[in-house]
Amino acid sequence: MKLNGEVLKRKFLNGSLGLTLISIVLGFLLGAIILLVAGFNPLEAYWVILKGIFSRSKYISYVIIYATPLIITGLSVAFALRTGLFNIGAEGQYIMGAIMAAAAGYFFKLPLILHVTLAVGLAVIVAAIWGGLAGYIKARFGVHEVISTIMLNWIALYFSNFVVTLKVFGSQGTGKSYAIQSTARINLLSDWKISEAGIEFIRSHKVLGDILKTPINAGIIFAILLAVLVWYILNKTTLGYELRAVGFNPHAAEAGGINVKKSMVISMLISGGLAGAAGAFQVLGVSHRIAKLAAMEGYGFDGIAVSLIGNNTGPGSVFAGLLFGALKYGGSKIQDAMQAPTEVINIMIGTIILFVAMPKLIRLILTILERRAKN
Amino acid sequence: MTAIDFSQKIVEMIDVVKKFGDFVANDRINLTVHKGEVHSLLGENGAGKTTLVNCLYGLYRPTQGRIRIKGQEVEISDPNAAIQLGIGMVHQHFMLVDTFTVTQNIILGRETTKMMGVLDIARAEKKVAEISERYGLAINPRDKIQDISVGSQQRVEILKALYRGAEILILDEPTAVLTPQEIQELVMIIRNLTQEGKSIIIITHKLHEIKQVADYCTIIRRGKFIDTVEVDKVTEQELASMMVGREVSFAVEKKAQQKGEQILAIQDLVVKDNRGIAAVNGLNLTLHKGEILGIAGVDGNGQSELVEALTGLRKVAGGSITLRGKEITGSKPKEVINRWNIRTIPEDRQKRGLVMEFDVAENLILETYHDTPFSVRGMLNRDKIYAYADHCTQVYDIRPTNPYLTAKSLSGGNQQKVIIAREVSNDPEVLIASQPTRGLDVGAIEYVHTALVNQRDRGKAVLLISFELDEVMNVSDRIAVIFEGKIVGIVDAIGVDENEIGLMMAGGTP
Ligand SMILES: Nc1ncnc2c1ncn2[C@@H]1O[C@H](COP(=O)(O)OP(=O)(O)O)[C@@H](O)[C@H]1O
Ligand SMILES: [Mg+2]
Repeated sequence: MKLNGEVLKRKFLNGSLGLTLISIVLGFLLGAIILLVAGFNPLEAYWVILKGIFSRSKYISYVIIYATPLIITGLSVAFALRTGLFNIGAEGQYIMGAIMAAAAGYFFKLPLILHVTLAVGLAVIVAAIWGGLAGYIKARFGVHEVISTIMLNWIALYFSNFVVTLKVFGSQGTGKSYAIQSTARINLLSDWKISEAGIEFIRSHKVLGDILKTPINAGIIFAILLAVLVWYILNKTTLGYELRAVGFNPHAAEAGGINVKKSMVISMLISGGLAGAAGAFQVLGVSHRIAKLAAMEGYGFDGIAVSLIGNNTGPGSVFAGLLFGALKYGGSKIQDAMQAPTEVINIMIGTIILFVAMPKLIRLILTILERRAKN
Repeated sequence: MTAIDFSQKIVEMIDVVKKFGDFVANDRINLTVHKGEVHSLLGENGAGKTTLVNCLYGLYRPTQGRIRIKGQEVEISDPNAAIQLGIGMVHQHFMLVDTFTVTQNIILGRETTKMMGVLDIARAEKKVAEISERYGLAINPRDKIQDISVGSQQRVEILKALYRGAEILILDEPTAVLTPQEIQELVMIIRNLTQEGKSIIIITHKLHEIKQVADYCTIIRRGKFIDTVEVDKVTEQELASMMVGREVSFAVEKKAQQKGEQILAIQDLVVKDNRGIAAVNGLNLTLHKGEILGIAGVDGNGQSELVEALTGLRKVAGGSITLRGKEITGSKPKEVINRWNIRTIPEDRQKRGLVMEFDVAENLILETYHDTPFSVRGMLNRDKIYAYADHCTQVYDIRPTNPYLTAKSLSGGNQQKVIIAREVSNDPEVLIASQPTRGLDVGAIEYVHTALVNQRDRGKAVLLISFELDEVMNVSDRIAVIFEGKIVGIVDAIGVDENEIGLMMAGGTP
């Protein structure tokens, strides 16, 4: 009996899934303590969050909308990490993708499918170059990708703030670009929603109508497809084999004849392209324009967290992105309901990441405890 | 000749058990050492020798069992307690500060001070010189560590232990880093020490060294106590069988050589190390079909840089490498592997040889993953890859026979078999084997040597680089000695004199 328990415990602890679950529970516990210290009832707060996520179909729809860009930037960071590169630059690549999608969505006039394809395609290409640049700088000059991508992030941010001031792109003084053409939008049933039949349907169907009130869009479908694509590239293709070999052990990969520098550039190209796709879907599905930003929005940075929680895999990023989206959306509700600080949610997420990202720390603590128990 | 005083048991370890978690590294080991005795510990890699002596030196606490020192039962809680009891240890990796003098290193942590805390270096130096004199250590107390040889550094470690009053000296694989001459010097020192009534525990897996210096030998196999034998009463063959648990052959079985035409030629090669210094400095060498050319030399004389240059991993700063008369200098690793069919067993298995997180099958295709049938139009063909891996695990006896296991989970010997399978199965023109048996036990060494000889017997060329002179002498047909980046002598392996090579390795001329 005890032996079985031991075996089970070890399996759980050595697997990354178990570690992730423990970390999530720890995150919630720490969040509870902070709420308690701040004078709020943690149970009540969590109940509010839970209700804020699941109690209406509209809420669930919002969670998915929140999660979509996070899943994709998570995939971006995960892809680079699997090749041993830390793409802090998903943020900047996201911004470049968003600019390109907003521009293509506004300036071109094309039929629906073609227009969307073109906007996304251009966004991905530009963002891929933005990411690939960091890979190239590393391969050519040995500059660490963390340094170069941080700089590229700022350049992207200021570039974005510059283009929205251009007369051709946005009306003066609003700090916003013009909205994209309707043919470039990926919202579901957007025309029908405002038709008479649509309005009637929304009024009479509580659950579905609720969903249709949100800017529900096809982004989530693309996100899931991209997750499958990432998984496929990494695990099924020759390219993925190369990239993983480089990620695990560049010395052995090099000795085996793999061009490590080329692999770095390719990995950053793909990673950048993914982050750009996140920006594109956000523009085409939710914001329909870009606006002047006081600071970075953090989709790329959140992608780092998503990737880590999702164990740097395609499917993992989908679940982690949904969890992250749910916490962000649901967490915002405790402010109104209880006047509790939403920062608690960030602390919770931070704690989860801390523990997921430091499995060695947890294992260390466990072995120390075990040793103490024995003596 | 021996100085053993059987009336005095200095060390008694009784039924010592040491567990790491559920893993039993030492399972009821018994060890008795008398005054003036040299006692060797013999066992394959991972048998638990270091663990046992660490228990004696207070680095580990035994899970069970008792330790007696001079008849007194003791608890050795840490190395300081061990030193108090007269136990000294020389680790495999020295613990010396390079920029300090010998004396400064020796008194580090237990400085003798004059009044008001002023260091009394002069007195310490005098004492160091005295001890050096007494045991024939030939150490100058004022030399800086960075200026003296590895062998001397080891003697400083011995001196340090003696300075602290060691009666029992533990030496963990002391000969691994020494040249043959230095080994002979160490043997003399050990004799001097025992004459003076010191007791020695020496770990080594070189059997002839045991025969040479030890009085008794305790054999450990997979953590279990096998036997303690009087060294004079057993043969090396018997020691080896006890260690491995089966019969092993030492003599590398070789057919008469069928030496063929010249295949690889290296001319005036210059290769710089990471600091920009020419580590290979005008090296000339030719390699023929059907021969194993061994390169003997002490670590750090340009061996690594030579191999990296040959494999395309390091830039060539001068000179040329030609394969069958065709210039291949400056080829990329991929060209070297796939175009010139030069394959390498790298010196660092885990760094250069394997992707530890990849499974056996993925590691087996590391150099051929892009070729059919493993890759078809950019897609991996898993069926073919794992079928091939199944085949390899059978043919090359990789255990466990499961291509889905990660390389990390294999033993060192089986990791090496994966590399050999990968490098040999494509029938390379030239096989470069760099330290191919480092850290392997007797059984695995036998396997590796057989693989090298098979290549040679099939008319292929093998370049063997090793710091183990025994290995170079046993396996090679010709031996080239490398010193400071140059080949300083080439001799036929048949009828070679070990001392002659040893002298060349140390930079002397025969
Ligand atoms: N600190 C440790 N924790 C866990 N396992 C260990 C530790 N030290 C040694 N071992 C294991 O114990 C076994 C014996 O190791 P060691 O005593 O170093 O062998 P040897 O010196 O005979 O080569 C090996 O399998 C090794 O992996
Ligand atoms: Mg050891």
